[in-house]
Amino acid sequence: MQKMKLVVVGNGMAGMRVVEELLKIAPDLYDITVFGDEPYPNYNRIMLSPVLANEQTIDDIILNTREWYAEHNITLHTNARVDRIYRESRVVYAEDGTSAPYDRLLIATGSKPFMLPIPGAELKGVIGYRDIKDTNDMIAAAKTHKHAVVIGGGLLGLEAANGLKIQGMDVTVIHKNDWLLERQLDKTAGKMLQLSLEAKGLNFMLNANTQQLIGHESGEYQGCVKAVQLDDGTELSADLVVMAVGIRPNYALAESAGIYCNRGIVVNDTMQTYDPRVYAVGECVSHRGTSYGLVAPLFEMAKVCATHLANFGIGLYKGSVTSTKLKVTGIDLFSAGDFSGGEDTEEIVLHDAVGGVYKKLIIKDDKIIGSVLYGDTADGAWYFQMLRDRKPIHEIRDMLMFGEDSLGNTGHSGQDKAAAMTDEMEVCGCNGVCKGTIVKAIKEKGLFTIDDVKKQTKAASSCGSCTGLVEQILASALGGGYAPPSTAKSVCGCTDKNHEEVREEIRRHKYLNIPDAMKGMNWRTPNGCATCRPALNYYLLSTWPHEAVDDPQSRFINERVHANIQKDGTYSVIPRMYGGVTTPDQLRKIADVADKYAVPMVKVTGGQRIDLLGVKKEDLTNMWADLDMPSGYAYAKGLRTVKTCVGSEFCRFGTQDSTKLGIDIEKAFDHMWAPHKVKFAVSGCPRNCAESGIKDVGIIGVDSGWELYVGGNGGIKTEVAQFLCKVKTAEEVIEYSGAFIQIYREEARYLDRTVHWIHRVGLDYVKQRVLDDAEGRKAAFERLLYALQGATNPWAERVEKRSEHKEFDIISIPA
Amino acid sequence: MSSWIKIVPLGDIPKLGSRVVRSSKGDIAVFRTEDDKVFALHDKCPHKGGPLSQGIVYGDKVACPLHSWQIHLADGHAVEPDEGQTACFAVKVEDGSVYLEI
Repeated sequence: MQKMKLVVVGNGMAGMRVVEELLKIAPDLYDITVFGDEPYPNYNRIMLSPVLANEQTIDDIILNTREWYAEHNITLHTNARVDRIYRESRVVYAEDGTSAPYDRLLIATGSKPFMLPIPGAELKGVIGYRDIKDTNDMIAAAKTHKHAVVIGGGLLGLEAANGLKIQGMDVTVIHKNDWLLERQLDKTAGKMLQLSLEAKGLNFMLNANTQQLIGHESGEYQGCVKAVQLDDGTELSADLVVMAVGIRPNYALAESAGIYCNRGIVVNDTMQTYDPRVYAVGECVSHRGTSYGLVAPLFEMAKVCATHLANFGIGLYKGSVTSTKLKVTGIDLFSAGDFSGGEDTEEIVLHDAVGGVYKKLIIKDDKIIGSVLYGDTADGAWYFQMLRDRKPIHEIRDMLMFGEDSLGNTGHSGQDKAAAMTDEMEVCGCNGVCKGTIVKAIKEKGLFTIDDVKKQTKAASSCGSCTGLVEQILASALGGGYAPPSTAKSVCGCTDKNHEEVREEIRRHKYLNIPDAMKGMNWRTPNGCATCRPALNYYLLSTWPHEAVDDPQSRFINERVHANIQKDGTYSVIPRMYGGVTTPDQLRKIADVADKYAVPMVKVTGGQRIDLLGVKKEDLTNMWADLDMPSGYAYAKGLRTVKTCVGSEFCRFGTQDSTKLGIDIEKAFDHMWAPHKVKFAVSGCPRNCAESGIKDVGIIGVDSGWELYVGGNGGIKTEVAQFLCKVKTAEEVIEYSGAFIQIYREEARYLDRTVHWIHRVGLDYVKQRVLDDAEGRKAAFERLLYALQGATNPWAERVEKRSEHKEFDIISIPA
Repeated sequence: MSSWIKIVPLGDIPKLGSRVVRSSKGDIAVFRTEDDKVFALHDKCPHKGGPLSQGIVYGDKVACPLHSWQIHLADGHAVEPDEGQTACFAVKVEDGSVYLEI
């Protein structure tokens, strides 16, 4: 079958991102032809400023080499400006006569610098700042000339001015407003920025309007710019004038082809223009009346556009909230959202003029709607994330201004400020990745997302505790190009649906097995991947207990074989010891088994039980038979241990029988699967010897009853459990904690610990469900008991039905 | 001289699962995909030697149980950007039985 033809007009970041996304999901659907009017393959336009500032070279910023186009059978025409589109015959022509027929056309013509329509704008030495040529012109001009004037004190203007200064020119920035970057900064931050830039040797003329540009009338430089004249008559010498007063979507080509434009090529939420065969993405489009000039929204558009070009017909682009960062080395500045505020907004401000730090958060209806950070931008990504997620902030409001409290995170020496780290310092303690390695990968491989960085460098891909640091590094390397992932992201690459949508559909359509669920929700892959299948399996089981089919092949190996895989492929066996209480008989049995199977290590765990390590898979079933003890689920996303202290039975301080309650809880909730592991602890007095403060559910006995704490975590990031309520009896403890766990089981995302879930929904929500709604609590508790009804010890089941579990048997062959 | 050796009936390998064959060349993981294709790889991930047989199988790939590297079943290559390859063995299904070439 002949392939369809896709023609891409515009060889820039937006257009090529669509092509890359398309190649990922439908590599064989199209013959692709790309036209670009520059002589280069696709490069990283946002890195032009570092090139001008001598921090990078043109080669560093090439994203797709010519070899890449060849490898993917893409025909690339460079130096070829398309000037005609014939939509009836579906052909495009370039100025040089090159033509290409299309079945689908993608227009990604970007934007053009806006040139002020003033006398002298056509003189030589007057340029915009858009591409490699402009950058090279500036570098060349700096070699032979002295005076540069930049018109426009916006992001681009300031980056150009900084670069020209580094190239050795005297630079003056003319700006028509009262302060710099008025679209990104409030006045205070704008003035602080000006001081820092003046200290770098730049000159500023604010509240100034350019009247005309004056050229040399004779001599060697006839026709070249000589000076800039302001409307108050002031004249500034200028051998080079950079106009950086804004950009305009470049839609002339589309308009000439009769495609509907309104200050940009008008597209719908699928990035389709009024001609259904023609799509458009990037700075040239007008989407819901907005045009974007930053790279992050373009990538979101590209992703959506690619799925439609691939005929998947899923995904909608609904607009973007953007953030900006100035790429001038040594100046930290971040802004996002609405930072000027209004009558119905509140502000939190921290201003240290001497220390050069200014932070302002704009809050409306309990949510961050804008932020300006100057001097210390480490928490920019964190604020931006909350802004995009519309996260209620009242619970953390008093600490908000002091940043994401990452101290207490383990694995990176307590570092929580990427900017303060040197290149040699370790960011990811799991995989041994240094800051320099990450920065290098971002620049050389053209990475834009946290997922890209995880894949390429492995940083933040194991325990994830350094994700915040990696985000900071990414944000600082990319500036405005960085978009933090929304937490409402899709489950994985196999679907666009997020966790909540998947759960909802499973409930609504009553899917009972994975194939039906995948089919019903239009999964892209035939049988998912290692990320979505375990999640789906859990959602099915937790939504439809006793009805949904458990798929062992969709469980991680530990849950499939009911043991913990170790680095050498052996397993560990941990039997339950309810409440951490054992007997001489049990211990003898464990000792005998350890001897019989020559277990290499016997270890007491942190959860008050005994771990037999280094067991061969083929020995597991026999060992379980000999042990004749229940599985401790030490491998499970489910109930792990209930840690207890000695309690009133023996302890002279004990106020309550914590041991008995611990055993009762562990028996009541035994065999429970959950989104992630669940740990309980019961202490018999406030001395809290069972460490209830760092457990998913921590219970502390006091003289008059029991206190319940939830959402604690002693792992990657130490999280102290929050007080939920106080109850009188042990029965109430089981009902309240059971209801809490059941709601977590039903509503949290797979692989969320209780603390992550509570962070997202808020403790108030949990209290409302568990405390205020007594009937709802009882019903949730009943649902948990129903789900656990009839559950049995999986080890005994495997011993009994050995022949049905062939996967434990090794096949031996003579050869 | 290599030869074809009968291993097990196809039905003894779970769909989207695997079995381990112990041979003089080390452990060999024999995989079965959803559409009943079979593949055989040396049961060692090119990353840190994890037993690929214990991973989750999807499409024509397996995710190593230790650090989630993804390995192509057909040629043993790691999915980019990871780099490495594990040895593959010829395997076929005839009359409902799986044969391995050793």
